Amino acid sequence: MQTLTHLQRLEAESIHIMREVAAEADNPVMLYSVGKDSAVMLHLALKAFYPSKPPFPLMHVDTTWKFREMIAFRDRVAEKYGLDLIVHINEDGVRQGVGPFSHGSALHTDIMKTQSLKQALDKYKFDVAFGGARRDEEKSRAKERVFSFRTADHRWDPKNQRPELWRIFNTRKAKGESIRVFPLSNWTELDIWQYIHLEKINIVPLYFAAKRPVVERDGTLIMVDDERMPLNPGEVPEERMVRFRTLGCYPLTGGIESEAATLTEIIQEMLLTTTSERQGRVIDHDQSASMEKKKQEGYF
Amino acid sequence: MAHKSDLIASDIDGYLKAQEEKSLLRFITCGSVDDGKSTLIGRLLFESKLIFEDQLSALEADSKKMGTQGDKLDFALLVDGLASEREQGITIDVAYRFFSTEKRKFIVADTPGHEQYTRNMATGASTAELAIILIDARKGILTQTRRHSFIVSRLGIENVVLAVNKMDLVGYSQQVFSDIEIAYRAFAKELGGIEHITAIPMSALEGDNIVERSKAMDWYNGPVLLEHLETVGVRDAAQTKAFRMPVQWVNRPNLDFRGFSGFISSGAVKPGDLIKVLPSAKESTVARIVTMDGDLDEAVAGQSVTLTLNDEIDISRGDMICAAGDPSEVANQFETTILWMADEPMYPGRPYLLKNGTSTVNATITRPKYRIDVNTLSHEAAHELALNEVGVCNISLDRSIPFDPYPDNRETGSFILIDKMTNSTVGMGMIHFALRRSSNVHWQALDVERSTRASIKGQKPAVLWFTGLSGSGKSTIANIVDRKLIAMNAHTMLLDGDNVRHGLNKDLGFTDADRVENIRRVAEVSKLMTDAGLITLVSFISPFRAERRLARDLVGEGEFIEVFVDTPLEVAEARDRKGLYKKARAGQIKNFTGIDSPYEAPENAEIHIVTTEVSPEAAADEIVRQLVSRGIVFS
Repeated sequence: MQTLTHLQRLEAESIHIMREVAAEADNPVMLYSVGKDSAVMLHLALKAFYPSKPPFPLMHVDTTWKFREMIAFRDRVAEKYGLDLIVHINEDGVRQGVGPFSHGSALHTDIMKTQSLKQALDKYKFDVAFGGARRDEEKSRAKERVFSFRTADHRWDPKNQRPELWRIFNTRKAKGESIRVFPLSNWTELDIWQYIHLEKINIVPLYFAAKRPVVERDGTLIMVDDERMPLNPGEVPEERMVRFRTLGCYPLTGGIESEAATLTEIIQEMLLTTTSERQGRVIDHDQSASMEKKKQEGYF
Repeated sequence: MAHKSDLIASDIDGYLKAQEEKSLLRFITCGSVDDGKSTLIGRLLFESKLIFEDQLSALEADSKKMGTQGDKLDFALLVDGLASEREQGITIDVAYRFFSTEKRKFIVADTPGHEQYTRNMATGASTAELAIILIDARKGILTQTRRHSFIVSRLGIENVVLAVNKMDLVGYSQQVFSDIEIAYRAFAKELGGIEHITAIPMSALEGDNIVERSKAMDWYNGPVLLEHLETVGVRDAAQTKAFRMPVQWVNRPNLDFRGFSGFISSGAVKPGDLIKVLPSAKESTVARIVTMDGDLDEAVAGQSVTLTLNDEIDISRGDMICAAGDPSEVANQFETTILWMADEPMYPGRPYLLKNGTSTVNATITRPKYRIDVNTLSHEAAHELALNEVGVCNISLDRSIPFDPYPDNRETGSFILIDKMTNSTVGMGMIHFALRRSSNVHWQALDVERSTRASIKGQKPAVLWFTGLSGSGKSTIANIVDRKLIAMNAHTMLLDGDNVRHGLNKDLGFTDADRVENIRRVAEVSKLMTDAGLITLVSFISPFRAERRLARDLVGEGEFIEVFVDTPLEVAEARDRKGLYKKARAGQIKNFTGIDSPYEAPENAEIHIVTTEVSPEAAADEIVRQLVSRGIVFS
């Protein structure tokens, strides 16, 4: 008799979920955000279908404001595993010049991320989309199902969720409806890091501390990743040892000062630290219960 | 302290190594709005140091703004998620929480206590290995305690923690606690199914016996809650049962590799093990257990793997790979317990989809044998099941599936019911046993394949199903066809409806139920004859479309050829060779087709013979010509 570890059980559960989608969906896609959760999700997909390749493409919804290192990493990963990668950009938003500096974080996120994602799902007619969200990230996610249904206009109705029983997933839906599937629902941030450590999964170097050019605004360290970043009068980027706990659009992602340059040092720092993961994300703080509202509107 | 900061700081590698060895426990908390359930979970999160400083400062602010504990922290606010719930002050759905200690990671299903949310509790319970049933020490065992315990026992959770909470409000009285414990044990015994009960007196608000031993209750010698959760043995039991793996996905990257992917429901498997695939009953041995990290020497319940076999046998999604010496049962009719989860009631006779493991089939549910009052546990008569009601019903499927009784295997004995129109999950169920005795007779795979039997006869097997009014000429034409086929060296058999009623079906009358059974037997016999490689001619009035559909489904599309012998009633009645129409008109025969019982003409018969236009001889020639063109016989 062998007792499975918590990571073995989580892995088996995620693989089961992915195979269930592969077997029952018409046109599935894996949303790949390039972050550590996406790295774990992709790793699990490679395991789930080995020796076959995952029977679905990856899709990255690019806001055009992602860190340059994320884009380079994304392209390397797709090439290494020979995966079909779709990059979708909201061209309407690009034409209107939407960006976080000119339009503010809320509008930028809505147009370049939320609307862009809906656009892409409609364009390719994907009926099931995997996402790397976890229930421990934020309170409203704690109640979301693994198979989360969206109406034809991509809305989430938290009061009308299907019960999820045992390991039996009901994947049936009407034409036009879609499903967001979260294989990492039951993983915590610590589980993700432990798994990356155990399985030696590659992640974007931005997670590791290095000297990077940053400016400090309202107590948040913003990296000057390209020349589009407008500097305030007298503001001069300075090289500081920083790393990022979450990755997104560089102007909306705060770095933390850190010396943690290896995986074990990151985990060590995380365990000894006292602020929760999403705090670095500007969008969560927009308004109270903001994530729940965004999700109802179709944000992943 | 749940996480040792010193070790993290001094030896992070050692710490990570230890963390990787942790096991996992999934549990559910059941209690009503004011039993202190959210407070208990909030405290477990807090004590296991999973509350970060920013969350703590938010909690402090929230506690002042809307808390109910004065200046103290209101832990319940940590776990009440959705905005609407916060306003109502109740939990409205199932929420999943996570915390971990040095020894284990925990997944908590936090479910509400309101009666209208029985379905949510059952949802949380379906994946739980242990249940914490909260009791307010001031109130003792309530109706809802019985309801929760009933659901817990029916869902097969063998481990229960009876958390007698709010002991601070009864002066930490040992008497109050032991009275509740004794009463609960008596009730659980009556209920059955709950193997282990651990009763713990506690105060979630004050932190007594949650993580630290209570100083106020030195009379209590049992484990404190967290210590019990860290050490209780669960789950491994599934490994000691027989091997089961429902096939989820067939892995075919190229022509040289054919693997079967699935989640192991129970037991263990090693290369070389003899396995049986259900429902086909084909046997083989395991060649490899393939994973991206290399082949495994053994895989156990709870793992997702890909197996390859030493023989090329046809396996698809929905099949189950079992230990050959101890396979699952295969059946299409069951007695079950169903919990109804939809606003619209369950109507007997309406078709639903049933998903069990990886099989999805059409299901019809009978009228409930009885409904169980979840509060009093009494059985009552019922015509239907409404939202949150539990009943015992028989279920009939359109094809057989492999299964195990739920008490033996939670994974292979459970199912969900899906509404075909709305696609929503409307019910959950647990299989008690198969209804037909034959279900325990395992299908024996034969060494000689049916295709072999047919090929040595130089033909393809088929059932020619002649339907038409009495006196339409069915038997006459069938007999001519039979003679012509024999003349072509074909191997045939003719089953005549009247003749079969003299032998095999002589116990059957003419009620609706008997008519269906009559058709079923004839269809089964003709199916056996096609297995033997024969071309079988069946001459049967078979007036109802549903009956012919039953025969077609049993025999299988492609081998079932419906021949509609189309003769107008007045013509058939004018012939009346057996004098039956005359008797029927005189009222001496009841339920006679065409007179006082309808004939539903086929809409899409493969062959349509209009007897007023062709002679029986010409009709037979036409049928033989069609058999040749379908490749069943060769001219």
